[in-house]
Amino acid sequence: MSSENLLPYIAGMAVVTYLPRAIPLVGLTGRKLPGAVVAWLRLVPVSVLSALLVPAILAPEGRKLWISIDNPYMLSAVPAAIVALKTRNPALTVIAGMLVHAIITRTG
Amino acid sequence: MALPEIETSCTESNSSIRFARGAAAAFPIMLGYLPIGIAFGALAVQSGIKISDAALMSIIVFAGSSQFIAVSLIGSGAGLAALVGTTFLVNARHVLMSASLSTKLAGMNKRRLAVLAFGITDESFALHSAKLAREPAEFWFMLGLNTAAYLSWVGSTLIGAALAGRIGTVAGLGFEFALPAMFISLLLIQLESFRSLVVAIVSGGVSLLLYLLIPGTWNVIIAAMTGATLGLLIDSAGLLPHKAAPDSASHAGNEPKG
Repeated sequence: MSSENLLPYIAGMAVVTYLPRAIPLVGLTGRKLPGAVVAWLRLVPVSVLSALLVPAILAPEGRKLWISIDNPYMLSAVPAAIVALKTRNPALTVIAGMLVHAIITRTG
Repeated sequence: MALPEIETSCTESNSSIRFARGAAAAFPIMLGYLPIGIAFGALAVQSGIKISDAALMSIIVFAGSSQFIAVSLIGSGAGLAALVGTTFLVNARHVLMSASLSTKLAGMNKRRLAVLAFGITDESFALHSAKLAREPAEFWFMLGLNTAAYLSWVGSTLIGAALAGRIGTVAGLGFEFALPAMFISLLLIQLESFRSLVVAIVSGGVSLLLYLLIPGTWNVIIAAMTGATLGLLIDSAGLLPHKAAPDSASHAGNEPKG
C-alpha cells in the first residue's frame, strides 16, 4: 500500500474537504436569509465551542469518560477558566492552561 | 497630488498590519497544532506513507481529524471511494461553520470568500466567530489568521514526518491542552446571557454523549445543531430572560473591511 500512488486519494480528500467549506461561504454570504435561520446560525459558535470542548476535557484519551481528579485536562480547565474570565484573553489563557497542564502531567 | 499616494500606502500598510494581527491572533492555534501535526506526520510515515504524501495531505486538505483517519484507512487498504466518502463525512461539520460565518461577511467579494474558505477549521472558526461577534469582518485579518494556522499545521507535519520514530511525543509540555484552553477562553467570553449558557451546557452534554456512543465527528455537528435549535426555541418561547441579541448593535456599519 505504501508504494501506491496516493495522489488521487489525497486530491479526492482535498476536494470533498474544500467544497463544504467554500460552498456555504460563497453561496450564502450576502444573501437575505430568514431571520430565524440567521439567528440559528449565530448560535452555532457557542454551540460548536462547547461541543468541541466538553469531550476534549472529559474524554481526552480514547472514547471513554474520564471524570477523575487524575484527569489533567479537567484539573487544568479550572485555572484556565479563571484566567479566561479575568483576562478575557485567549493567548494568556492558553499559556496559563499549558503551564498548569504541564506541571500536573509531570508531577502526576 | 500627494493624496492618492497617501491613500494607497495607508491601504497597503493597513492590510499588512491586519494580516500581522490576524497571524498573532492565531498564536493559540499554532501552539495547539504543533503536537497534533507532529503526531500526524510521524504516524503517517510510520504507517508507510511517503513524507511527500503526508505533507501533501496537510498542504491541500488541511483537516486534522480526517487526515488521521485517512492514515488508518490507507493502512488497512481502503479504496478511493471509502476514503473520500469518509473524509467528506468527517469534515461535513464545516458546512455548519461556513454557513454561520457567512452571516457576518456580507459585502466581501467571492474571490476573497473562496480564499478564506480553505482555512475554515474548528479552531479558526472559533476565533473568527469570536472576533466577528464584536467587530466587522476584515479580510486581511482573517487571511493572516488562517495562514498562520496553516503554516503551523504544515510545518509541524513536516517536522513529524522528518523525525518519525526518532523523537518521543511532545507530551508533558502542556501542548495537548493548548486547544482546549483556547476553546475555554472563547466559550467563556461568549457566554453573555443565560440563554447562551443553556445552549452551551446542552450542546456540550449532547456532544459528550454522542462522542462516547457514535464513531466519527458526528457528535460535533449534531450537538451544535441541537444547541442552536434549543437556543432558538428558548428565544421564541420567551422562556428565559436574556440580554437583547448581541448582534443588533453590529448590524449598523457591518460592511467587511479589507
